[in-house]
Amino acid sequence: MLLQQTQDSAHALAGTAAEWLWVVLLLPLAGFVINGALSLIGATHLGPSDPNTGHDTGHDTGHDTGHDTGHDTGHDTGHDGDHVVTRHRFAAITSFVGPAVLILSFLLSAVIFWQYKSVAADMHEPFVQQYFSWIPAGDLQIDAALMLDQLSLVMLLVVTGVGALIHVFSVGYMREDPGYPRYFAYLNLFVFFMLLLVLGANFPVLFIGWEGVGLCSYLLIGFWFSEKVNADAGKKAFIVNRIGDFGFLVAMFLLFANLGTLDFRQLEVAVPSLTAGGALVTAICLFLFLGCTGKSAQIPLYIWLPDAMAGPTPVSALIHAATMVTAGVYLIARSHFLFALAPVASLTVVVIGALTAIFAATIGLKQWDIKKVLAYSTVSQLGYMFVGVGAGAYSAGIFHLVTHAFFKALLFLGSGSVIYAIHRAYHATHLHEDAQDMRNMGGLRRYMPVTCALMWIATLAIAGVPPFSGFFSKDEILAAVFARARESALAQAHWLGIPGSIVMYACYVFGLAAAFMTAIYMTRMMLYTFHGPNRTGDREREHLREAPWVMTGPLVVLGILSAIGGWLNLPAFLPLGPIGLLEHWLDPVVGESALRLTNGVAPELAPSIEYALVGAAVAIALLGVWIAWSRLKPEALVPKAQAKPEEGFERVLENKYFVDELYDKAIVQPTYATSRNLLWRGIDVGLIDGLMVNGSAWFARGVGWLGSAMQSGQLGTYAWVLVLGVLAVVGAVTLR
Amino acid sequence: MLAESLFFSAVLFIIGVVGVLTRRNAIIVFMCVELMLNAVNLAFVAFAQVYGVAGQVFVFFVMTVAAAEAAVGLAIIIALFRHKQTVNLQQINLLKG
Repeated sequence: MLLQQTQDSAHALAGTAAEWLWVVLLLPLAGFVINGALSLIGATHLGPSDPNTGHDTGHDTGHDTGHDTGHDTGHDTGHDGDHVVTRHRFAAITSFVGPAVLILSFLLSAVIFWQYKSVAADMHEPFVQQYFSWIPAGDLQIDAALMLDQLSLVMLLVVTGVGALIHVFSVGYMREDPGYPRYFAYLNLFVFFMLLLVLGANFPVLFIGWEGVGLCSYLLIGFWFSEKVNADAGKKAFIVNRIGDFGFLVAMFLLFANLGTLDFRQLEVAVPSLTAGGALVTAICLFLFLGCTGKSAQIPLYIWLPDAMAGPTPVSALIHAATMVTAGVYLIARSHFLFALAPVASLTVVVIGALTAIFAATIGLKQWDIKKVLAYSTVSQLGYMFVGVGAGAYSAGIFHLVTHAFFKALLFLGSGSVIYAIHRAYHATHLHEDAQDMRNMGGLRRYMPVTCALMWIATLAIAGVPPFSGFFSKDEILAAVFARARESALAQAHWLGIPGSIVMYACYVFGLAAAFMTAIYMTRMMLYTFHGPNRTGDREREHLREAPWVMTGPLVVLGILSAIGGWLNLPAFLPLGPIGLLEHWLDPVVGESALRLTNGVAPELAPSIEYALVGAAVAIALLGVWIAWSRLKPEALVPKAQAKPEEGFERVLENKYFVDELYDKAIVQPTYATSRNLLWRGIDVGLIDGLMVNGSAWFARGVGWLGSAMQSGQLGTYAWVLVLGVLAVVGAVTLR
Repeated sequence: MLAESLFFSAVLFIIGVVGVLTRRNAIIVFMCVELMLNAVNLAFVAFAQVYGVAGQVFVFFVMTVAAAEAAVGLAIIIALFRHKQTVNLQQINLLKG
């Protein structure tokens, strides 16, 4: 792979650790190869002497018989005193390799970051490593090349850093799973593709990563594929994403057809030849955004993400909260030079983002599954990020992406820790209850104080309570929208005939309302999970305990990051440290495009307005927390098995506005009907099998029958045919 | 003179063709083929009056071939008769596919 490596010798980073970029990428791939091999070997060598025999039917088996005697001995260590651990025979190697490659990747990324910071922090020119020519086809020249700039570096650190923490957590969470090496193989492969997505120097390389993470997402959602509902969720995610990828592909075709290149650097040079605000660039951006709505779960393609919670919880944290689903946000920031030329497309991004934020937040208000609450919360927060990058506040969007990666990974891992505890409690007493339903939880703060405290930090962060990280990023997005609603290219554009200014103000209000609901549903989740009486069950309660340190350790790190992440990008009015670090860091990449969308002047708000906006945001967040805290009564809840069905609008919310049912009726069923009646019975059976395959046989048989009928053996007939033939030839010659 | 000869030749040829097409006795069909050959010979001779002796030379060739064909053809008919006990062509359909 490195044989044809050519160096960008002019670049300041040449010769530094950045040359080792490929190692960052290949480490997870190596992890995938090793773990994948272990998984295959483990699957083919299952002999009678193997301790796993009998435990490989599902992740729900594997328990002991002595749980009723020694269940309190393991309290102090956090280990399973009431639980004989059955592990995969290669679990030890996998536990080492899986997280180790990620940690090494992260360390190397950190070194590269440090080098970049000291050498090229303000450089506009990215550092590109070309390895070999991948698709040389006439005018289409695509290199296998990696690109490092300030934007991809931020993503690189988030992916490897949060990824490493989640890998460590997985060591504890998945320890008894029969598919342990397979799990880590997929997870490593995911990180490889995610890094490819982040580091790709042109659209096709990015697209390979984009598809690869989709594949890994599919594999991991359906990780416990022996249950149909999990396999179906994986398929749903895969198919819905294909709709978005269609848009991505069309955008790439349009780009190549009109600009003749797909390389980011060349595109940035070539793009000014397009008419600003013209139909072409708007179409390209909208098609790209269609891809983003699929990958990043925005209206109308968000429906796969809640179902994706069927996968293991660390997967939800890594793929469906922190990294993969933010790929759409990254893609828009990466193609900033296109979106800067298309205010209408950017406005569309803002509108869809704001609508998704508020829509998903309302659904989150009424979910009982702890992971579903977090899933809709993720959809909602992704909406915020799109509002940010759509409005041209690229650094604000990326800032929220980073802080969200911290606190949402923490929330998911915390919920994983809770589910792990509840699951084990039910497991110990052989009760088959829903371990993810909040109605079966309650009062867990007494049993899992560390998880509870850390999740409260994340909850306050996501709700936007200062000084936690989410407050800064969310406030920056809302302020950016408000500032750009008055005076910017977006405000001058029209969206479906509505003046952009009004649309932007509406989106600001939507964002504020979504922030309010975020505070409510997150407080509700915490209240029902950790406070009030415990509803798990009297016998099960004794088995509830804090997760082992290998799981709480990553939570602590994420908790610290969630708390202080806001210092990455402090607003100017809060001089608690260096102001706007991330914004300055990203300025060489996106600064020009951001300015273009604001007509060349950096949007400034009067200090009084700025304080009013912050005050409103904080007030709304605190109000949400307070309302949920004072109104919701966890004491009144009953376990899931005894719960009454919801009524009225609450039922609509609990059933997610029946969007799945609507899509089923409007799209899935007609597709099935068309496939069955037209494509299968009509075209396949009728046209292909009937007319073409059997039809050609019938035709040949008919011709043969006719020919054999003509061979009567009667000389007279032959003579007649001969004479008629001669007459025909002579006639044709003479009459010509 | 040429026109009349050609007309006569054509009449002979058509009689031959009609004979081949309509008669069922192999020997009569065979004779009709001979009739067609001789109609062609007549046409050759008639043209030779105008265009030189090449036509007459060709007639000799045709007569030679016709003589050979008569020998072979009659032999075939005899063989056929021995095989089928008939020379009625409608009862002979060995060529039927």
